[in-house]
Amino acid sequence: MAKIKYIEHNGKEHIVEVQNGLTVMEGAVQNDIPGIDADCGGSMSCATCHVYVKEDWYDKLPKKEMGEDDMLDQAYEPNSSSRLSCQIMVSDDLDGLSVHMPEKQV
Amino acid sequence: MIKTDVVIIGAGPTGLFCAHQLGIIGLKCEIVDNLDKIGGQCIELYPDKPIYDIPAVPECTGEELTNNLIKQIKPFNFNFHLNDRVQELRKENESWLVKTTNNKEFITPNVVIAGGVGSFEPRKFPTKSAEKFDGKTVLYSIKDKSIFKDKSVAIFGGGDSALDWAIELSSISKVSLIHRRDEFRGAPASVQKIKELSEKNKINLFTKYSIKDVKGNGSLEGVEIKSEEGENKTLKADYVLGFFGLIMQLGPIAEWGLNLDKKTIPVNTESFETNKKGIFAIGDICNYPGKLKLILSGFHEGALAARGCFKYARPNEKYRFEFTTASNTIKNRLGVK
Repeated sequence: MAKIKYIEHNGKEHIVEVQNGLTVMEGAVQNDIPGIDADCGGSMSCATCHVYVKEDWYDKLPKKEMGEDDMLDQAYEPNSSSRLSCQIMVSDDLDGLSVHMPEKQV
Repeated sequence: MIKTDVVIIGAGPTGLFCAHQLGIIGLKCEIVDNLDKIGGQCIELYPDKPIYDIPAVPECTGEELTNNLIKQIKPFNFNFHLNDRVQELRKENESWLVKTTNNKEFITPNVVIAGGVGSFEPRKFPTKSAEKFDGKTVLYSIKDKSIFKDKSVAIFGGGDSALDWAIELSSISKVSLIHRRDEFRGAPASVQKIKELSEKNKINLFTKYSIKDVKGNGSLEGVEIKSEEGENKTLKADYVLGFFGLIMQLGPIAEWGLNLDKKTIPVNTESFETNKKGIFAIGDICNYPGKLKLILSGFHEGALAARGCFKYARPNEKYRFEFTTASNTIKNRLGVK
């Protein structure tokens, strides 16, 4: 279980507890947090669950697997702190993680 | 005006199998899809990726699955209307009048929406200023490359479309290629070619840059790009091309008066009918308690929606359940002895 803070582009914060084994994307969708669309349902084929992760946490997350950066090319305003939230698996280690949502997903 | 029993919107696996089920029970259908080919997400997003959860098929690619589904409905000779999108649905007496972007018209008692997450459309530049040039000098696809002859062209993207066009146009235009990182996801041979052309100054390559602004009053003059460190550059450009892949947009479906839950359509699980009589939704676009976005669920939903269509297409007949193994009627429809 990890407490995750989702921060909308307008600054509005949502803090929820997400079970281990779910993804950060699923944590948002299951709690009706706006700002993460996840059109493809988590198959890494749409780039609509794009989030920014600040440096301190970015380096602690499991590294991107093949294909994630390719998908991020197609996200809205990606930068070097971009991740696809469907590829971040929640574990106890992620307790306290904050993710920032982009202005929009597409 | 084409009269039919069912119009299926979406030629992905779910739409194709629903067509099969309609054929089996003796109904006709017409299939419309926005893409230029059959297969939906399977073909557009992951043609080469193996799928492991199709019942009785341990492993197959999106392309193989599509080809098999096409083969399975071949006996029925259904028409496909590709590169076309259903724009309007209107009730006409007891039927639906279906109009497409290419001005095709269908009259049908049933419409099955198997539209995935909507239709695929090119992902556009995030900059507001690009909108006023959209379709004229800011483009997301190329129909006639001769318009770029002796022009300055700024191409954005790192996939095959961006690389292929940068290579192709480098012989007739002044090409700049801009990509947000050093790695390209295009084919290795194309990446190599880009590097060679860049060394020979046939292409101006800008990596770790993205678009900031499009410049020009009335006509396009240039494009401003920014690095993550905040460094800006302005490039002269007569045309700006963006190749960021496709996104799925619900599009006109949202305007047909259907109940929507986020981007999905609630249905009943008996016939997958929506809140509108004669309009069904199956596959990723439908929503009900326990919904799984799996291809196999789409197949099941299509089979039941097909039976739901029967009662409106043949109001005076009673639907009779038959097995393909035993029914001569079905075997005749399939053209097998």
